[in-house]
Amino acid sequence: MIRRAFLALAATVIAGVMAGHPALAEDKFIIVQSTTSTQNSGLFDYMLPIFKKKTGIDVRVVAVGTGQAIKNAANGDGDVLFVHAKPAEEKFVADGQGVSRADVMYNDFVIVGPSSDPAGVAGSSDIVAALKKIADSKSAFASRGDDSGTHKAERRLWKAAGIDPSEASGDWYRETGSGMGATLNTGTGMDAYIMTDRATWIAFGNKGDYEIAVEGDEKMFNQYGVILVNPEVHSNVKADLGQQFIDWLLSDEGQETIAAYKVDGQQLFFPNAKKGS
Amino acid sequence: MRDAIYDTGSCPSTSPHLQPREALLEVRDLNFSAGGTDLLTGVDLIVRRGARTLIMGPNGSGKSLLMRLMHGLLRPDSGALLWKGQPLSPAARHAQAMVFQRPVLLRRSVLANLKFALSVRGLRGSERAEKTRAALADAGLEHLASRPARVLSGGEQQRLSLVRALACDPELLFLDEPTSNLDPASTAAIENLVLQANARGVTIVLITHDAGQAKRLGQDVVFLQDGQVAEIGSVDRVLNAPESEPVRAWRDGRIYLGSNTPNMNNQTGRSL
Amino acid sequence: MDSFWSTLAGAIGLVFSFDPDLMEIIGLSLRVTLTAVVLACLIGLPLGAAVGTFRFPGRTLIAVILNALMGLPPVVVGLLVYLMLSASGPLGPLRLLYTPTAMIIAQMVLVTPIVAALTRQVIEDLDREYSEQFASMGVGPVNRLFAMLWDARYSLLTVALAGFGRAVAEVGAVIIVGGNINHVTRVMTTTIALETSKGNLQLALALGVILLAIALAVNAAVMALRASAVRAAYA
Repeated sequence: MIRRAFLALAATVIAGVMAGHPALAEDKFIIVQSTTSTQNSGLFDYMLPIFKKKTGIDVRVVAVGTGQAIKNAANGDGDVLFVHAKPAEEKFVADGQGVSRADVMYNDFVIVGPSSDPAGVAGSSDIVAALKKIADSKSAFASRGDDSGTHKAERRLWKAAGIDPSEASGDWYRETGSGMGATLNTGTGMDAYIMTDRATWIAFGNKGDYEIAVEGDEKMFNQYGVILVNPEVHSNVKADLGQQFIDWLLSDEGQETIAAYKVDGQQLFFPNAKKGS
Repeated sequence: MRDAIYDTGSCPSTSPHLQPREALLEVRDLNFSAGGTDLLTGVDLIVRRGARTLIMGPNGSGKSLLMRLMHGLLRPDSGALLWKGQPLSPAARHAQAMVFQRPVLLRRSVLANLKFALSVRGLRGSERAEKTRAALADAGLEHLASRPARVLSGGEQQRLSLVRALACDPELLFLDEPTSNLDPASTAAIENLVLQANARGVTIVLITHDAGQAKRLGQDVVFLQDGQVAEIGSVDRVLNAPESEPVRAWRDGRIYLGSNTPNMNNQTGRSL
Repeated sequence: MDSFWSTLAGAIGLVFSFDPDLMEIIGLSLRVTLTAVVLACLIGLPLGAAVGTFRFPGRTLIAVILNALMGLPPVVVGLLVYLMLSASGPLGPLRLLYTPTAMIIAQMVLVTPIVAALTRQVIEDLDREYSEQFASMGVGPVNRLFAMLWDARYSLLTVALAGFGRAVAEVGAVIIVGGNINHVTRVMTTTIALETSKGNLQLALALGVILLAIALAVNAAVMALRASAVRAAYA
């Protein structure tokens, strides 16, 4: 009886460990370091099965903040980087970590706020003016505070408005240090204005009485880029499979797939790959 | 060294075992202290092969400690322990066994407890099975073989721990107040097993507080007081005609408070 | 937010929908956690028993360290394991990052100190009772260790359950080393984290209720096993 129990244990361990071993699992896969915004919007769930059907390649998405995604990719822990922070992406390529960068699509950021609109910014399409009003009225503002693509974009906009919100950190400017979804959950809980990408907002399920307050400013466009991690730096990178994914994203079919993804009848991402790139 | 233990003159002639015989275990000038207190001082004694030796004395006199030292469970500060004339080695302990005041049984069946003890001694397969059967029969515990040892009655548990010790064929068996928690019937069962083992040639060293048990089981006795040997000799002589004040006090139910406070020594234990 | 009861109803509905994705996630959760706990026990039980039994220099220090490691934040464990398994880490060539194996390793690192520290306590108490008897019988160190582990088996089952509870509820470590990849490394807790970040609080809560039910079922099964074994023969 003891021996039987022991054998069962050994079998559990072997099965448990071996089943997870990549060599024994499906081998034709790539790892894409991407962002929570693409994951949470549901785009990958829609797009990847279509890609897999065509190529047989399984795309495994690790969705983290852009800052962490870039660091993971720089460690070689991914084949493709698919994020939205153009300056950081260009630096990644310039450092030799990535092969080259290509625009894939964009969506835009919006400022959402409670319907009571304490800063009086609802309906505005001037982000600089709106941020100034929020700062002047000391209305609560929830920031990602996590060095993500959204956070980087948000800081650029504050800078454009000539405001250093970090001086009010902990007062009306509240840095959650979390992902977009967590920041939305936290921010709506304290009636704060929040800057979010439109895609995440539309797909977000806990809106409460929140509405989009500021939208439509060109400064709030959110460009996504895709980069193949440099196989010369990280020999484990599956350059061939990764490149196939990138080529497909930039192809007419890939671009049409992105455009076709809708939530509640609204298109979330707007493909803008340069033809022939 | 005291040689009183060889003095068999006052032993009753009813016992056939009282001729002087070879020393199995010798204790020479044994000292042990802990926390700055001397717990045993200059203890000398001899355990004769095949004899039944008692260690007696009031609470705190160092009986259990002495037994543990003799069994090699503790190391003395100074002094010598000679097993068949040689310094006591860990290997020699395999020729000894001990039964504790509170039986320590594994959380397993009666049978598994016996098997464990025998496997430690390196017995295998059929030999082990046979010994186990014999031990259970000796203890009258066959019907409880598959019962968890820890749900047996106190008497059954102590019987099991005794036959477990004997199953390993020790030359010397230590027993530390084995019956102090038992009823008269269980006590008698234990005493019979001890006498049977001794008749087969197992040397016995036993701690007891019970004068009746001492007379039933004992041949030689070592009486301790405050970590020192107060008196040594045959049981009948020491208990019936004690030569030392500590044994007299013990026999009379008084608390012995030391040779330098004689006026206190007349008070009875009860009045204190 | 909807009422607690509608969440509960949602959870029950979710379970009985036998949604294949959900079943896959539950299956992976159990596989990862059970494997990690078994491995943690294989290491932690003898380790804890050795620290609880043998007297050697530094023993108290090890006991203190084990106790302190019980409070390891999962995120820290996740980061450490990530740094080891990353392509640029020392174990990078094994290609284990973002696989269930990585999650098993992380949970094992998390659970082993718990198993070892609690085992040490259990065995130390038992050793106090057995040590003289074992010394008298001349039981060797290895024999002594395994005899005590076997005799303490029912207490140690509770120890393993404590490890299971910690592992199955843990999200910080597995999300870092597993990556929460759909159909590959997505387990109950990372799904809950994901659904929470999507604002699907009710779904997240329903999954939490299922997780709780699984934990309850595992505990109940082990306890029932223990009770019947105790009844059958051993006390």
